[in-house]
Parts: sequence; C-alpha cells; structure tokens
Amino acid sequence: MSHSLPWGAMARMTGRRALAAVPVLLAVTLAVFAVAEASPFDPVKAYAGTAGLTASQENLDQLRANLGVDRPLLTRWWEWLTSALTGDLGDSAVMRRPVAEVIGERLGWSVLLAVTAFLMAIALGTLLGVLAGRRRGGLIDRAVSSVAYTLEAAPAFWLGLLAIWFFALKLGALPAGGLTDTASDTVTFDQVARHLVLPALVLGISQLPWFFLYVRQGVGDALDEDPVRGARARGLREPTVLTGHALRSGMLPMLTLIGSRVPELITGALLVETVFSWPGIAAATVQAATSVDFPLLAALTVLATAAVLLGNLLSDLLYGLADPRVGFDG
Amino acid sequence: MTARFLRGTAAATLAGAVALTAAACSNPGSTAGASGGPKDSAVVGIAYEPETLSPLLGYGKDGNSKIFDGLLAFDADMKLRPALATELPHIGDGGLTYTYTLRDGVTFSDGAPFTAKDVVFTYRTILDPKTNNASRTELDALKSVEAVGDDTVVFHLKYPYAPFAERTVHAIAPEHVVAKQDVNTGAFTTEPIGTGPYVLTGWSKGEKLSFKANPTYWNGAPAVKKFTMAIIKDDDVRATRLRAGDLDGAVLPPNLAAGFKGDKAKKTWRAKTYDYRTVTLPTHHKVSGDTAVRRALDIAVDRQAMVDKILEGAGKPAYGPVPTDSPWFAKGTERRHDLAGAQKILDEAGWKPGPDGIRVKNGVRAAFPLWYLSGDKLRQDHALAYVSDAKKAGIDITAQAGTWEVIEPRMKTDAVLAGGGAPGDPDFDQYLLLTSSLAGDGFNNMAWYDNKAVDRALQDGRRTNDLTKRRAAYDTVQRELVKNPGYTFLTHIDHLYVVNDAWDGPSTQTEPHDHGLASGPWWNVETWKPKSTGATKK
Repeated sequence: MSHSLPWGAMARMTGRRALAAVPVLLAVTLAVFAVAEASPFDPVKAYAGTAGLTASQENLDQLRANLGVDRPLLTRWWEWLTSALTGDLGDSAVMRRPVAEVIGERLGWSVLLAVTAFLMAIALGTLLGVLAGRRRGGLIDRAVSSVAYTLEAAPAFWLGLLAIWFFALKLGALPAGGLTDTASDTVTFDQVARHLVLPALVLGISQLPWFFLYVRQGVGDALDEDPVRGARARGLREPTVLTGHALRSGMLPMLTLIGSRVPELITGALLVETVFSWPGIAAATVQAATSVDFPLLAALTVLATAAVLLGNLLSDLLYGLADPRVGFDG
Repeated sequence: MTARFLRGTAAATLAGAVALTAAACSNPGSTAGASGGPKDSAVVGIAYEPETLSPLLGYGKDGNSKIFDGLLAFDADMKLRPALATELPHIGDGGLTYTYTLRDGVTFSDGAPFTAKDVVFTYRTILDPKTNNASRTELDALKSVEAVGDDTVVFHLKYPYAPFAERTVHAIAPEHVVAKQDVNTGAFTTEPIGTGPYVLTGWSKGEKLSFKANPTYWNGAPAVKKFTMAIIKDDDVRATRLRAGDLDGAVLPPNLAAGFKGDKAKKTWRAKTYDYRTVTLPTHHKVSGDTAVRRALDIAVDRQAMVDKILEGAGKPAYGPVPTDSPWFAKGTERRHDLAGAQKILDEAGWKPGPDGIRVKNGVRAAFPLWYLSGDKLRQDHALAYVSDAKKAGIDITAQAGTWEVIEPRMKTDAVLAGGGAPGDPDFDQYLLLTSSLAGDGFNNMAWYDNKAVDRALQDGRRTNDLTKRRAAYDTVQRELVKNPGYTFLTHIDHLYVVNDAWDGPSTQTEPHDHGLASGPWWNVETWKPKSTGATKK
C-alpha cells in the first residue's frame, strides 16, 4: 500500500478503548472475588492439600486466619486492588510465592506457544482457505474442508495425545513434552524450538478450521461479486484478481475472527500445556481457580481480560485498515 | 560339539548385543549420554508436584527428602536409623525428653555448617502459629526444643509419646538463610538449601525438578550425578513418554504398568504400602450405626475379589489401617468373606428382609448413602463393589459422587469411601481414625467412632515405649474392631513403578497414602550404582 496509515484515527480508537477497559477490568476483578467467594471450594483445604486430611480443626482455623481468607469479600478486593495499583500483586497462597514471580516466570512461555500457534493457524488457514475458495467444490476444497470439519470437533488434548503417539513414539522425531529435554537443565534456543513444534502444531491445528472456513467462504463469495467479475472482464490476470480484489474483501470476516478467537486460544492453550507439560500459565490458572487463590486468580483474570480486549482492538484496527468504509469509530 | 555350541552362543549373544546397541542408538528420545557406557543420570516421571520445598511448610516431614536430611531417617524396612544425629535419641524423664547428638562436619549446600541452632530453628518455626504449616498437628506432643551447645538438641514433650522419634525424620532447614525471609512466601520455598544428597538446580513449575549430586554429601557423593523428576499429571502421557525413552522410570496405574511386562529392559517395581481404602460407617446414622449391620458388612464384603478385579492383583485385603504383613498386625483378626454369616447376624439382630429384598427393622429400611470423591476411578470402583456386596446381604447402599466440599458437611451421618495410610508407627493412623474425642475434628475420625476400650488402648499405646505393652494395646484395638467395626476396611493398594533396568540399588520402601516425591524405587537414588553394560546381559 502506498498511502500512509491513518495513525491519528487509530490512536484515538486505542485511547477510547483503553479508557473503556478500566471499568471493565474493575468489574471483572470484583466479579472474580464474588464468584470465588460463592464457590464451594475452600481455600484453606486447598492450601493444606493432603496434610489437611489429618490436620486438626485448630490448625485449619489458624491457617484460615493467617491466609486472611476469613475477612469480608469487599475488604479483600479493595486491599488487593490498592496494592495491585502500587505494583504489589500480593502473594499466591497455592504457589507459596509472590504473584508477580509466578506470572513472570510462566507468562513468556505461554505467550510464545500461543503466538506461534496463532500465526501458524492464520498463515496456514489463509493459504488453504484461498486455495479452497478459488474453486469451491474442487478436489482441494473437498479434501481440506472435510478435514477441517473433523478437526473442529476434535478436542485439543486428544490431538495432543495423537501427536505424541505418532511423532514421538512411532517416528521418534520430536520430543513428547517439556520445555527442554527432560534431563537437561539449561534452556537453549534450539532445545526450546524443538520442544515447541508439537504443542504449537497441535494448538495451531485446533484453531485452523475456523480461519480456513472463514477465508474459504469470504474468498468464494468475493469471487462471485460484481467487482471481481468486472475485473476479470477487464482482462486482469487471475493472481491480480485474487490478491487485489477477492482476498481483500474475503479477508474481512477473518480479521474480526482473529480477535474473537483469543478466548478460545487461551482455553485451548490450557489443555495443550497440560498434555505437553509446557510450563506456562495455564496450569497455574487451573490451580488458582480450584484453590480459590484470590491474588493469583485476580491477576490472571486481569491478564486474560486484557488479552481479550486487546484482541478485539486489534481485529477492529485491522478491519478498519482493510476496509476504509468501516473506519475507526470504536 | 561343545565348542561349536559355545561359538554359536557367543555369536548369538554378540548379535543380540549389537542389535540392542543399535536399537539404543536409533532412539533419539533416549536420554543416555553415551550409549553403552554406564549412566550417571536418571529421569523419572511423577504425577504430583509439591507446592513448596520448604521443610517449614511441611515438605520432607516424612523424611527421605532428596534436598534435606532429618535427624533420623527410615531404611527400606521403615526402621529408624541415624542421619544428622549420630545415633538414635536418648529418651529420658519417663518418655518426656528426647536428646539427640548431632553429626560433626556436616555442611549445607551453600557451605555453611549445620549446627543445633538449625534444628531448634526448624522445629520452633513449625510450631509458630504464624507459619502456614498444615501438618503442625503431627508435632502436637512437642512442647519445646532447645540446643545444648553446638551439637546437642533436647526435645521436651507435653506428654509421653512413643512414636515421637519417628517424627524427627523431619527435614532440617538452615537458619542463616530462612531467618531473613518471609517464611511463608520467601525465595527459600522454591530455592531450598539443605544438607541432603542432592542440590536443586532448577524447578520449572509444572514441568520438572532438576537435581545434581551434592559432591560434599556427608554420607558420600551419589553416583547418579544428575537426577530429574518430570511432572506429568496424565497417566497415559507418562506411560507414553516412558515408552518413548524420554523417562527412565515412572509411577503408573496397574493397567498401564501391565503394558511393560514384555519389555526386558525395564523392571516393574511393586511397592508395598499403608495406603488403604475404607468405608466409614457413621455412628450417627440409624443403619450404619447399628453394630449388627457393621459386623455383617464386614464379612459380607469380598475383599479378595476387589484386589483381583479392581487392583488387578496389585494389593491385598485390609482389615484395619494396619496391613496384614506389618509386624503390628494382630494375627487372627482377618475376616473371611461369609455372606451366609452376614445374613445370619442381620436375621438375629431383627433386620428382616422386606418385600423388595432389602431388610427392615422397626420400620427402618437398611439403606444409607455412600459418597466417593468424584473423578477418582479407584474409589468409584471400590464403592460400586461395596454396594453390590452389601446388596446381596440385603442392605441398600446408594453410591454418590461428590467433591470434598460436598462430602464434608455430610460426613457425620453419611458413609464415605475414604483413603489414607501413614507407615512408621501404628499410632499414626489408628489414633486419628478411632479416638472418640477426635470425632468430627477436620477429617479425623470421620465415622465418629466411639469405643471406650479402643480409646484406652490407643492412649496406652502411645504413652509407653515398652514394646510388649504397645503390642498388647494395638492388638486390643484390632480385636475391638472385629467386634464393632467403625469402618469397613477394603484393600491396601500397591504402588507400581516401571524403571529401566540400568542400575544396581533400586528397591522400594513401604509407602504412605500419597505419592510424595520420595516415594518410588528412587527413594534411595543416592545409593544407586550404574550397572556395567555388556554382552553378558541376559
């Protein structure tokens, strides 16, 4: 594209969204505290683990007081919020460590996994979608579509087990899990790269069908539209028609999809991380939830909410860029 | 002919060895550094991750931590032997004081010397109510602890408590490191420093714990230089990674362990345990509180069938928390499966079969609910088998699944499929399960069992160090349980491990209910020696 990007409009939209995010995040954290309060899980039992099964009531009561979980909901939320604003995210009861440390050492690995998988899904989904959309009903279309529908129904953990069985066990080509070789302590680039392949592939594949089906539909529809038929009639070559006209409008629905897939990506990552012993944030999230670990749960929820809001913003920005008629109203 | 035979054998052996080596080479998942040479590293797969590695919060309380030592330690037969202490404690003042002399020249992995101050600090911190230690109750008998000089520690007890020495296998933390931190959330909880045979080199949460041998370990540097515990929650994934050569050993459920039977390079270890499954029979329920019903259920249940069908043979029938092969087991208290006998007991007690086959007495139907932890397949199988056995005797039990949050408020009147088990001393399980004053105290005495003779025997058993008297006391408890069972004990469950047959030294310890880090054939990994590999392998 030769014309410059509408930076001003984009920045204004980003600013408006950021402002709107503040009450959303506040409400979400309060809701987390309220839902956790109402949940039947007992944070003291969760903290004590199996030791709690033989602990005396006195011991458990003391723990309850130490952990501060016997105080009213609003007090705890307010304390958490005010200290979070000063940068202190509190201590995670279930991990026995400061929340910032727990998130800090895990978040990067989750982001790496999710981003790799996401990029792969988008790239592969677009490519296959264009190929299939160009000639709907053709061989490629029928083959890829039926695989995509099957994958849509396949749970990520099942794909994970399948991938381990095939690539690690039958072929012995890729490691079955972990961030590095199990026996190695140092995290090197090529180790991580090798270990990233399978989980990212599985997570990416599980997201692929949506992108593929959207692009296929979009490209197919666009090829039937008047402008494309006009372009063809003017004698433009097929690749030009495809990239210049069909792809541009055909990609629009996919851009909104990118944002709306973020929550799915987060839940998918959760299962994939478990299957591949990937040391990301997912396992911590499950543990925080079932242990009613307020500080950790609240921080993770803020993160997830922020990711979803960012995803939406990103897709709206892209949509605005791709189709100037939509603009950046927000 | 003999010569030819020998040559043939040698050739065959050689060919086999070549094939083996080739197989090892072609397996890229193999973690062996150099194929053929002895291995000085081991990677094992475990199912649970510890929350903390701080002894002050409960890690290493049952001894045998790889990072820390206790004053004492358990050997393979669960006998106490000295560790950081030079000998077993001197017990004085009628069982009220325990005096330990400490080993000289022991250092923590940061180089600082270990002294009596560290012992005192460890126990005092655990007793401090501000410390979030959920196992503090286990040190209930301890009143105070003091150091006499650098190498002697004296424990003062509130009351004579015979198994106290077995509590001093507890891991010892270094005062000079922890005293400067927040004991509940400080860096020490994930970066421990101890006196043990291994030093933690990395803990990638949710993935693995890595250790390296402590070259200055007081009991000699381990031959296995690197030791890794991979955390793999899913049973199937653990089995798969073991098969792929990524792991040298793993804990597995019986059905998956069976898949490795034909694998000559791997050995299956079956650890005996104190891990029991039992049904609580609450005294506050009209049906389960009736002694006749309890006795009938006790013999109506087919324990051997549960061992054969549910555990696939990996376990044994249980008649109480003490396993039948323990020296503390009261011989003659085994109950035979006797359905006719159970029916006779119920008939005589006035429980007559109603129109639907379920017994009725004074208008009360012989029915009660039985809860089990949802998602726990083993407990579910036990519960369903129990329900079906009880039905044959005319007792209608409804099995229901729930989480502990659902089950706990109902424990006073509803039956629960419970599990537990702590090896070491007969006091550990029996006191908490059966003492009437502990009824409804947390998860202790869930059945609200109340038997004065048992209460007395349990007190006698813990307050004397005289072995004959103790044995008599626990015999009494077990015989009382035949007359009035507060629980129907079903099985003791073996824990199964599959390990590469590449070392001399693996063995198993008697294991507790939970699969801690220290359980498994690697409980003594510091004493393993690599097997010399060669063509002589059979």
